[in-house]
Amino acid sequence: MDGKTIVCRCSDVTLKEIRKLISQGYTTFEEIKRLTRSGMGPCQGKTCGQLIMREIANARGQKIQDVKFQTNRPPVVGVKLGLVAEEARRNEK
Amino acid sequence: MKSSAEIVIIGGGISGCSIAYNLAKKGVKNIVVLEKDYICSGSTGRCGAGVRMQWGTEMNCKIAKKSIEFYENANEILEYERDVEFKQKGYLLVAHTEHEVEQFKKNVEVQHSCGIPSKMISLQEAKEIVPYLNTDILKGAAFCEKDGFLNPFNTTDAFYRAAKRLGVEFYTFTEATAIKTEKGKVTGVETNKGFIATNIVVNATNGYAKGICEMVGIDVPVYSERHQILVTEPVEPIQDPMVMSFGLNFYIQQSPEGTFIMGRGDETEPRDLRITSSWQFLEEMAKSIDEVLPPISKLRIIRQWAGLYNMTPDKQPIYDKAENVEGFYMAFGYSGHGFMFGPITGIVMAEMIMGEEPTIDVSMLNLNRFKTGKLLLEPSVV
Repeated sequence: MDGKTIVCRCSDVTLKEIRKLISQGYTTFEEIKRLTRSGMGPCQGKTCGQLIMREIANARGQKIQDVKFQTNRPPVVGVKLGLVAEEARRNEK
Repeated sequence: MKSSAEIVIIGGGISGCSIAYNLAKKGVKNIVVLEKDYICSGSTGRCGAGVRMQWGTEMNCKIAKKSIEFYENANEILEYERDVEFKQKGYLLVAHTEHEVEQFKKNVEVQHSCGIPSKMISLQEAKEIVPYLNTDILKGAAFCEKDGFLNPFNTTDAFYRAAKRLGVEFYTFTEATAIKTEKGKVTGVETNKGFIATNIVVNATNGYAKGICEMVGIDVPVYSERHQILVTEPVEPIQDPMVMSFGLNFYIQQSPEGTFIMGRGDETEPRDLRITSSWQFLEEMAKSIDEVLPPISKLRIIRQWAGLYNMTPDKQPIYDKAENVEGFYMAFGYSGHGFMFGPITGIVMAEMIMGEEPTIDVSMLNLNRFKTGKLLLEPSVV
């Protein structure tokens, strides 16, 4: 089942892949993020974050609240580059 | 944790992992790599993922060419079960002043002398490579098809795993807090998790290299500068090469996932090791792209981040051993191109430590060059 279970919808990462990395010693969200791109896509980890942290917590025998999530990055929602450019120019005038 | 080691490498980025791998391959046992966070957490994991041979100094050209030749076969050489994702779709360098065109011509001459297949191209040809490039504001261009994209995380992981298989021990979340010396010789490294006795220490910490050198009383003329990057939502493949401008100060490349990764430099950045994000970067980046590559400005920004360039006065790295502290080696100051130089950094540092003939003579990249003033300035850095 876990070979078909998608954990990260932005980058098509399966539960199987996450579990394999954890078993290979990558037991922080940041490490798993860098190797799978989970958390880097348009949802910014809103879907995969909890799922991956739960897997890490289970593997390490920790509580999920003790597992560190990734650094939150701006912008909060996707903004078009052109809009940012337009506003920047308007402010300059 | 071990109480003693043959060699302790400080820094778990591309340089530290590559140096460790090369030393282990030469048969050195008992190598330890200290990383204060996790592997690839510093400059390497924050870089723009581009690799190029189009440099302006012979030294940078030679190191870059050999490194890229390594990367072409990295999956096989390092026996990596994943993929370093090396895609050679070129770097298109664009000039927006006549002065810059002249500089490109000089650079291409240096590159040709090193056997690099770069060339000056017309704006017409540039437009054939990137059809939506706004050439109205440009004067000329240079192109090298062997340059390209390389995944920094997987590449570092490939070196890390290969080194580990050869017996190198990696201590992550372990910070070097002091280096002990006795009578001008290195005797050990103090960490937040205990002391490791050793006679050889390699400073491969790039962004934090100055602080590590201060631990043994060496003053190095480097500083770290924040450089920011943003990435867009993924779209179908529409742009093959990296587009880069030194004058307009930006670079932008479409990754194999379809996202656009872009960054710019800012000389007015505070030199205080900060790696936070700023809105000023977002605005300046957006304006540049809107002007030079108009259709890209329709894409949504997904995230932005920052990392440190470790700048030297001539924008070339320092590969050296300390004169007054026996057993202290230095490999840093890449000025924004440490990831692309990773393979050669590992090879030349391992050879230096073992006292072997160097694959590339990097003796002119010694620390003393900043005192003697024999500098060849790299003109082509964003």
